[in-house]
Amino acid sequence: MIPVSYYLVLSAIVFITGLVGVLIRRNIIIILLSIELMLNATNINFVAFSNHFQNVVGQVFVFFALTVAAAEVAVGLAIIIALHRSKSSINVDEFQLMKW
Amino acid sequence: MTQLFFFYFAGIIVLTSILVVALRNPVYSALSLLIMFFHVAGLYVTLHAEFVAAVQIIVYAGAILVLYLFVVMLLNVKREDRYHPQLPVGALLGVAILAEAVLLLLQRSDAGAPAAPSAAAPPAAAVGNTEAIGEVLYSTYVFPFEVASLILLVAMIGAIVLAKRDLFEGHR
Amino acid sequence: MEYVLIPLLPFAAFLILGLFGHWIKDKAHLVAVPAVVVSLILSVLAFLQVANGHHTTMPLYTWLTSGDLRIGLGISIDRLTAVMLILVTAVSSLVHIYTIGYMHGEKGYARFFAYIALFTFSMLMLVLADNFLQLFVFWEAVGLCSYLLIGHWYERPSACSAATKAFVVNRVGDFGFMLGLLLVWYSFGSLEYRHVFAQAADLAGETINLLRPFGGTWDVSTLTLMCLLLFMGAVGKSAQVPLHVWLPDAMEGPTPISALIHAATMVTAGVFMVARLSPLYNLSPTAMDVVAVTGALTMVLGATIALTQNDIKRVVAYSTVSQLGYMMMACGLGAYAAGIYHLLTHGAFKALLFLGCGSVIIALHHEQDMRRMGGLKDKLPVTYWTFVIGSLTLAGFPLTAGFFSKDELLVASWSAGSLGQLLAVLGLLTALMTAFYSFRLVFGTFWGTYRGEAHGHGHGDAHPIHEPSSTMTVPLVVLAVLSVAAGYFGISEFLAPALPGPVAHAPAAHHGPAARGIMLAATLMGLIGIAAAYYVYVKAPGLPDRLAQQWQKFYRLSLNKWFVDEAYDRTVVRPTFALADRLWQRVDVAVIDGAVNGVARAVAWWGWLLRLFQSGQTQHYALGMALGAVVILTAYLLF
Repeated sequence: MIPVSYYLVLSAIVFITGLVGVLIRRNIIIILLSIELMLNATNINFVAFSNHFQNVVGQVFVFFALTVAAAEVAVGLAIIIALHRSKSSINVDEFQLMKW
Repeated sequence: MTQLFFFYFAGIIVLTSILVVALRNPVYSALSLLIMFFHVAGLYVTLHAEFVAAVQIIVYAGAILVLYLFVVMLLNVKREDRYHPQLPVGALLGVAILAEAVLLLLQRSDAGAPAAPSAAAPPAAAVGNTEAIGEVLYSTYVFPFEVASLILLVAMIGAIVLAKRDLFEGHR
Repeated sequence: MEYVLIPLLPFAAFLILGLFGHWIKDKAHLVAVPAVVVSLILSVLAFLQVANGHHTTMPLYTWLTSGDLRIGLGISIDRLTAVMLILVTAVSSLVHIYTIGYMHGEKGYARFFAYIALFTFSMLMLVLADNFLQLFVFWEAVGLCSYLLIGHWYERPSACSAATKAFVVNRVGDFGFMLGLLLVWYSFGSLEYRHVFAQAADLAGETINLLRPFGGTWDVSTLTLMCLLLFMGAVGKSAQVPLHVWLPDAMEGPTPISALIHAATMVTAGVFMVARLSPLYNLSPTAMDVVAVTGALTMVLGATIALTQNDIKRVVAYSTVSQLGYMMMACGLGAYAAGIYHLLTHGAFKALLFLGCGSVIIALHHEQDMRRMGGLKDKLPVTYWTFVIGSLTLAGFPLTAGFFSKDELLVASWSAGSLGQLLAVLGLLTALMTAFYSFRLVFGTFWGTYRGEAHGHGHGDAHPIHEPSSTMTVPLVVLAVLSVAAGYFGISEFLAPALPGPVAHAPAAHHGPAARGIMLAATLMGLIGIAAAYYVYVKAPGLPDRLAQQWQKFYRLSLNKWFVDEAYDRTVVRPTFALADRLWQRVDVAVIDGAVNGVARAVAWWGWLLRLFQSGQTQHYALGMALGAVVILTAYLLF
């Protein structure tokens, strides 16, 4: 059997990769992809624990997380399209309106 | 044997996630992500969560990623600088969190290892994974289930409104 | 019961004129005059009732009580109060009527009446008070009214300065008064007259250690200290030396108020207070001596300065200072009834003299310098004759009221021990000076040839000098009659039971040989003074200048008011300004403004700093979040 900690390490690595991706890329689409990475990492975590505790609730939660991810992607991409329409760029540095 | 599968899947997952973050072309990033999704689904199968694996492929790989690719194609992004100026800080942060996470895991693993009722492995296999999920989902968790559908509805409407052109533009 | 209307009617007049004066304008006297005249009638009724033996006391409004201490308003009418009521309302009524003519056509007509009404109200409440606090509150109120009225022509900077000076100098005295008030409460536990007077004798031997906060010992008699502190207020209010400096400058105000406030009523509040608190003063011989000596000093100082002044109002002002000194001296020697008697007659004839000056000033279009007057006795007959009557009363000419009251005062002083005899002699000498300067004023203003410029009314044509309207002359006549008649009312005998002197003093011997001697001496002094003035100013025209040359030092001292104002300027005013300036620069600008502005600057700096965190770039914010996560993880790991 694979100890659950291996899955945790894997999940941690993927999550951190996603986090770093959010922080260091300029392209908004890549940023959103990195967010998907983070979500997947947590899903792995859930399923691993669901298997470990033999409780199916973890998988139910994955279900919901998936749903939310899908919704988020839809809206996020719509926003990107709207932004692109106004600025013709998807460089995150150029969207600086949220400041003083 | 299981170990082999695990390490294979885990390895590819790590590799492709790094590629997602590091590649210049967004299409390549999206495709790496696709490969990652498949291997995550495989991982789920090894964890006896077949239904979730199937859903993962259908939703993530089949819908979400396709959406991404649509948008990338639509926007026709030019090549530009990859990395944000805060790369050093971000990388440092990543390393820091990784180190701490490892530390945490090492600390805890010899201390209270989660009491695993893993002895009760077979009873779950009696019922199929899908059936097990269905049983729980439509009884205890039926409210979140309905709310999830509402979320999807809202997202759909939101996406349409945000991406639509100005409503009266065509009526000049 | 209805005596509460006595002060309330003028107060109502003040409210109406104050709120609606802008619309009432020239009709203001129709509101103010009836109010004060009705108050006069009610005062006479109150007097008659008191004369029949009924004293009235009535608490009006209690603000708070605590044990024996009751803080509130009340009315108490006894003999002293009754005569004061008549004095205040009578002079106020006459001044109101006079003002109709004097301030005719002025811009601040309604405002003036409003303030006089307020003053009348305050003075009446002061006189009617049945407790110390009410006395003090309305003491301050009359000071306020004085300030408002002196500065009535507020566009003149000299008027504003004079008003401020009056208020500030009074304040110095009132500081002592307040301390005295505190001491009264501390010693007696109550601020009402009846409680305090009842317990006064019990305090006779008590002392207070003044140096207790500093760990030393200096015991003074509580009663003496109390009386002296309260007397400080009287020094300020009644223009005694050394706080007399505000009264001559108060002549900047319109003449009617010089008559009302600075001759008959407000300045007499100090003397009234000493008389009212006579039970306390009688128990403290030291305090009484201080009062008497202060009064005597003031009496002499005022008279010496009045000898050389050229502004007619200043002469009368210094005369007031001198006469107030007389009254205070009498009270200090235990002759309270005589002091108040002189106060009443002085109220009549001094008001007359001031109003007469006003009449001259108006006739000559606001000329006040005696050197530019003269020869007015044919042109202003009514003014002239009433002025002469007033001056005769002031000089103590036989058969006038002034003769009787001054004589009474000097006799009472003489009977009051060796200090009294010394001060009575000073009083006689001052009577000589008084007669001299008052007739110097008469001769200089009304006799001889006219020394002013010919003047027209501004229309280009020369208009002859003429008597002012009857609203101004009628009060003059009334006051002239009172100046003579008041001596026959027996006021002193009326007051004597209410104002007993100290037990140790023998009652004033009014009919012995000493009394006759003094009467003769006083009359003689008066006549010599008048004759001397006649000789110097009418018979020998060059004599005044030669005398001034011969006695140059004394002349300069007198003309410059003994340089008191200059001394104050050097020792008090300039150091205060310098201190204020230094404090302003060092403390206000550098420390306080620095701190306040510094806080603002610090906040702005912090804001600038925090703004840097809001770049608008999402990734910076994401970095912040990740950083937070790292911090929390680290904290968890470490602790």
